[in-house]
Amino acid sequence: MSLLSVDYIKCNLCQKCVEACPFAAIDVIDDKIEFNEACKVCKICIKQCPEGAISLAETNQKSVNKDEYTGVLVFAEQVEGEVHPVTYELIGKGKELADKLGQDVNAVLIGHGFDKQAENILGYGVNNVYVYDQPELAHYRVEPYAAVLEDCIQKFKPTIILVGATSIGRSLAPRISTRFKTGLTADCTVLDVKENTDLIQIRPAFGGNIMAQIITPKHRPQMATVRYKVMTAPAEVENPTGKIVICSVDGSKLSSGVSVLQVTKKPQVDSIVDADVIIAAGRGVREEKDMKMLFELAELLNGKLAVTRPLIENGWGSYHQQIGLSGRSVRPKLIITVGISGSVQFVAGMKNAECIFAINSDPTASIFNVAHYGIVGDLYEVLPRLIEQVKEGGTIDAL
Amino acid sequence: MDILVCIKQVPETNEVEVDEKTGVLKRDGIDSKMNPYDLYAIETALQLKEEQGGRVTVLTMGPPQAEEIIREGFMMGADAGYILSDRRFAGADTLATGYTLASGVKKIGEFDLLICGMQTTDGDTAQVGPAIAEILQIPHVAYVNKIEGVTETNLTVQKDMADSIERVEVSFPALITVTKEVNQPRLPSFKRKLETRDWEIKMLTLDDFADRKEEHYGLKGSPTQVERIFPPESNVEKTTWEGSGEELAGLIYNKLKEMKFV
Ligand SMILES: Cc1cc2nc3c(=O)[nH]c(=O)nc-3n(C[C@H](O)[C@H](O)[C@H](O)COP(=O)(O)OP(=O)(O)OC[C@H]3O[C@@H](n4cnc5c(N)ncnc54)[C@H](O)[C@@H]3O)c2cc1C
Ligand SMILES: Cc1cc2nc3c(=O)[nH]c(=O)nc-3n(C[C@H](O)[C@H](O)[C@H](O)COP(=O)(O)OP(=O)(O)OC[C@H]3O[C@@H](n4cnc5c(N)ncnc54)[C@H](O)[C@@H]3O)c2cc1C
Repeated sequence: MSLLSVDYIKCNLCQKCVEACPFAAIDVIDDKIEFNEACKVCKICIKQCPEGAISLAETNQKSVNKDEYTGVLVFAEQVEGEVHPVTYELIGKGKELADKLGQDVNAVLIGHGFDKQAENILGYGVNNVYVYDQPELAHYRVEPYAAVLEDCIQKFKPTIILVGATSIGRSLAPRISTRFKTGLTADCTVLDVKENTDLIQIRPAFGGNIMAQIITPKHRPQMATVRYKVMTAPAEVENPTGKIVICSVDGSKLSSGVSVLQVTKKPQVDSIVDADVIIAAGRGVREEKDMKMLFELAELLNGKLAVTRPLIENGWGSYHQQIGLSGRSVRPKLIITVGISGSVQFVAGMKNAECIFAINSDPTASIFNVAHYGIVGDLYEVLPRLIEQVKEGGTIDAL
Repeated sequence: MDILVCIKQVPETNEVEVDEKTGVLKRDGIDSKMNPYDLYAIETALQLKEEQGGRVTVLTMGPPQAEEIIREGFMMGADAGYILSDRRFAGADTLATGYTLASGVKKIGEFDLLICGMQTTDGDTAQVGPAIAEILQIPHVAYVNKIEGVTETNLTVQKDMADSIERVEVSFPALITVTKEVNQPRLPSFKRKLETRDWEIKMLTLDDFADRKEEHYGLKGSPTQVERIFPPESNVEKTTWEGSGEELAGLIYNKLKEMKFV
């Protein structure tokens, strides 16, 4: 049994597949091409084989009846009564997908002691908000939350479920996908839907160095998580027409091996995540004292100062200022990167910014591939003059 | 206390690049290492064992070469190690990986606590830990960044919730996933290396499991399908400016003004 099969008559053992395999999953054993456990079935070898000797073996998975599942369900995450803003972004994307299918977008809100939260969610244009308000649900604990989400899925049978890739979402979603033995794609950056209701999910892997397009062709519901600030929240609708549907599950299903002893709010750090304008500093800044100049520009533009990871390692900034794969994702209206090369890990955290200016003295720097305005120049020449100009105000004649 | 730690072998570097024309991943060498987060998971287990007594077992699903990381686990202080290796496990997504690891756990024995890293550096989904807990029907706590206390029946931990820190207590059997804040992993010891050199690493295949249905494992047991892999796209329309500092500052200023940022 093998996932990929080799036509040994066509195969001339050129071993191009062995070289092309990113996972070292192909060996030549007894003059035969063999696939080992490292195979991820990425199918690159199929494309690379000049003889067309490799093909995908049928897995013969049975498909569920996809017509039994309709609509998009958004998990409306809340902590201590506060709805996480990723919820609205997911509703925005969920609506777009639902519209394409001509179906509904709904949200499920789980917790205890709600007042206006469900109305607020309706304001973003969902068709229904399913509200589970029970004392056992006051804090996120995995088993009761999973029991409730299971109940909601059983009742309403959504075809797509979107969950924020937050600490709660990333803990809860895999529990549910496993319970329903269905697929879950993590940290999607692009979502689209085919006519047959298959969700097209694109996500970065290998630290953002590659993108993978993933589908769940034979199982429902299809589940995806999306990080905060990756999708766009929709405008609020004038006269929401959606309904609030009160649901509950039997208390006996809400027991848990986990008890929450205490919740402590972290001190509110000045977050770059919600900033409209960001000035981002990189290793092109030579000395710590020069950071003042960037800070001044940030202040003048009502923005926040952010940094790349090496500057954190230098101790020139704190972790909550780091943009990137191992830092924060941001989606400001304007970002000006200064002395930043544009590594994939950094770019993964900011490429969704609406407008990107990049200042770098090296014309081949890869940040220019993502910048809308690439400024090839020495930051020590450009910034002091720019700061002066902003302070002076006025207009300069076309240059 | 009986603790099992799940560890995964990952590529040494994730600086892989995709050739835009051929769609082939370019890689230099295929060196691999233990998923860095799993070192923290092993360290957590060893510290709990030091406090409570017991055993630490390390478990991986992977090719036979994954022996390297099991040996590394031994050198840090683990007492036993298992590899789940079978070509029928290949192509597993997180559901099938979780199912395989849970099947292995059931085969190996009973544990008070299972520990996973919070995520890997290659697949990077953070889904396998919760999936294992679901299959074994035990509670889990993800993103643990501090162990506060342990008794024979439960564990008190802190977990990172982005905007808040929660202290929670979880009763055994349970699974936790740990972040890099939880401790500082010890280095493998040379003395342990000599001591454990001849230790056997047990290999299990699908035939050793209670559930031998092939369709629950590997590609067949995976609802997700990777349709294609491609390089991250580079951007849209762009304007490039060159010139003196003065000129460039002027161009930026005018644009910012036009866009109403100043
Ligand atoms: C798993 C992993 C995760 C990572 N996560 C992150 C992350 O979250 N965030 C992150 O930022 N990094 C991350 N990194 C690190 C990343 O790979 C890069 O090393 C880092 O982003 C580079 O930072 P930089 O652009 O500031 O420095 P460099 O790459 O050194 O670039 C400095 C740039 O400044 C320019 N320059 C120099 N002098 C001047 C001047 N006088 N005027 C104008 N320009 C000048 C140079 O031309 C150069 O392009 C991660 C790495 C790994 C392996
Ligand atoms: C490009 C790409 C994208 C992918 N995207 C998805 C996706 O979106 N959804 C999906 O379901 N699958 C996806 N996969 C498949 C996924 O990578 C595999 O299922 C993999 O076996 C486990 O996932 P992970 O590396 O993300 O582990 P994580 O869930 O990030 O790992 C968390 C912890 O689980 C334990 N663990 C994980 N794997 C093992 C193992 N083999 N042995 C022992 N312990 C382990 C470790 O303690 C680890 O620290 C993708 C694969 C590729 C190549």
